[in-house]
Amino acid sequence: MSAILNDETKKVLVTPLVNDNPITLQVLGICSALAVTSQMSTSLIMALALTLVTAFSSAAISAIRNHIPSSIRIIVQMTIIASLVIVVDQLLKAFAYDVSKQLSVFVGLIITNCIVMGRAEGYAMKNPPLESFMDGIGNGLGYSLILIIVAFFRETLGSGKLLGIEVFKLVKDGGWYDPNGLMLLPPSAFFIIGLIIWGVRQWKPNQAEKVEFKIMSIAHGEGGHH
Amino acid sequence: MPNKCKYMENWCAALDKNEQYQKFKVYRDKVLALGNDSLEKTIAIAVSLCLVCAVLVSFAAVALKPLQVGNKAADMKKNILDVAGLLEDGADINAAFSEKIESKIVDLETGDYVDSVNAEEYDQRKAAKDPAQSILIPKDKDIAHIRVKAKYAKVFLVKEGGAIKSIILPINGYGLWSTLYGFLSLEADGQTVQSINFYDQAETPGLGGEVVNPVWRALWKGKKVYAETDQPSLEKGLITEADIGEPALSLIKGTVDTSKAGSQYQVDGLAGATLTSTGVTNLVRYWTSNEGFASYLKKVRTVKGVKS
Repeated sequence: MSAILNDETKKVLVTPLVNDNPITLQVLGICSALAVTSQMSTSLIMALALTLVTAFSSAAISAIRNHIPSSIRIIVQMTIIASLVIVVDQLLKAFAYDVSKQLSVFVGLIITNCIVMGRAEGYAMKNPPLESFMDGIGNGLGYSLILIIVAFFRETLGSGKLLGIEVFKLVKDGGWYDPNGLMLLPPSAFFIIGLIIWGVRQWKPNQAEKVEFKIMSIAHGEGGHH
Repeated sequence: MPNKCKYMENWCAALDKNEQYQKFKVYRDKVLALGNDSLEKTIAIAVSLCLVCAVLVSFAAVALKPLQVGNKAADMKKNILDVAGLLEDGADINAAFSEKIESKIVDLETGDYVDSVNAEEYDQRKAAKDPAQSILIPKDKDIAHIRVKAKYAKVFLVKEGGAIKSIILPINGYGLWSTLYGFLSLEADGQTVQSINFYDQAETPGLGGEVVNPVWRALWKGKKVYAETDQPSLEKGLITEADIGEPALSLIKGTVDTSKAGSQYQVDGLAGATLTSTGVTNLVRYWTSNEGFASYLKKVRTVKGVKS
């Protein structure tokens, strides 16, 4: 194990979880984070699918990185990613039909997920296959972590359930909880992700970007209106 | 390459003798040695990558196809059993389906059974897409926004001791985001709703997506599809077509007040999903109108009976 888990692989596995999280720091892959997180079960499958696609596409791209002509670099990456996504989609349809029905188009949209492309272009093109694979796993896990947190709040507050099991008894079923319909709509994920980003940057202030401009203070008497 | 060939000596030896393979090897080494930005290498890499990916994708698609087709068919059968109220946990779906349910083909225009088509193999959704087997719906009649319908529909009959117990009709129509596909199950009188179910829809989860919620679906039980004339008390079997009114069933905003007249034609709308609710009203009305199953259901209900 120690041979596999050298410092570099450990680093690429762990840092994307919090310190370099693809969603909260790099703000990538937001589209699917909004779309699939209304339920925990779909989020988990989506997280798993994206992690596998990122890992295997990074490894494949890294394996041929020294022979990829730079003029068709992006197309080569896209072809590999798209093929893997189709394979994942076919596997889901064959072995997890109900979930694939719920995820519908979003599995196909992993192709355009910025995290996969971002890792291919940003890491796999410059690093060996094993490290790239681990980097893909790490970033996939970072994405998964945020998805699971968002789905946790959206499913419990939005439908009073978690993984389809009742947590709060709803008013319409004779209970006390009146579900928040907004939580089931994609914009709610914006608020939750926003709050997570805010929380993470309070905890680790070095993640906050420097302000690019400064509002000038206007001295009394100058400018303004009379 | 001694290591690689350790376990497949025969194969490797055959490959080494193959003239084409040797040529390929020479060409491969030549290309790999080329500069990355040369035209030849760019084309060679693009072509070989496409080949590898195409093989991978087609292998996955072909190898998994039987499983996927099986899943789809089982899902459909599950939904039919569900809407008929025959779904039991853990029971074998295929066995239960073939034992309890009979598929029949109905000509929507005449309302009669068509025996020349194999009901087992007929796929109504596929037929709707085939110009030879489908009909364009006139715009003013297309309240369900589906544009085309198959000429023949596949209905499912649940029989008990030779008598029809329930009639399951395939229905579809546009909601907010998606076309909803489902089944409407009626009792033998062709008037009383037994259940409704949607097996393919992409409405907002938690709002319009609640069309699949069992609690909401249970509200449909016992509702009436067609408005009845003032004297509907004609004994069963003596009802004439004139007694059967227009499709009347609809979803309303809020909760149905059962003490009011006409509540048998009303179902609670879905909270927060006005457009999906409207879509469901429209598609139920469409499929119970003359465009849909009205002529068939009239024959079921009146003395005329359905010809086959």
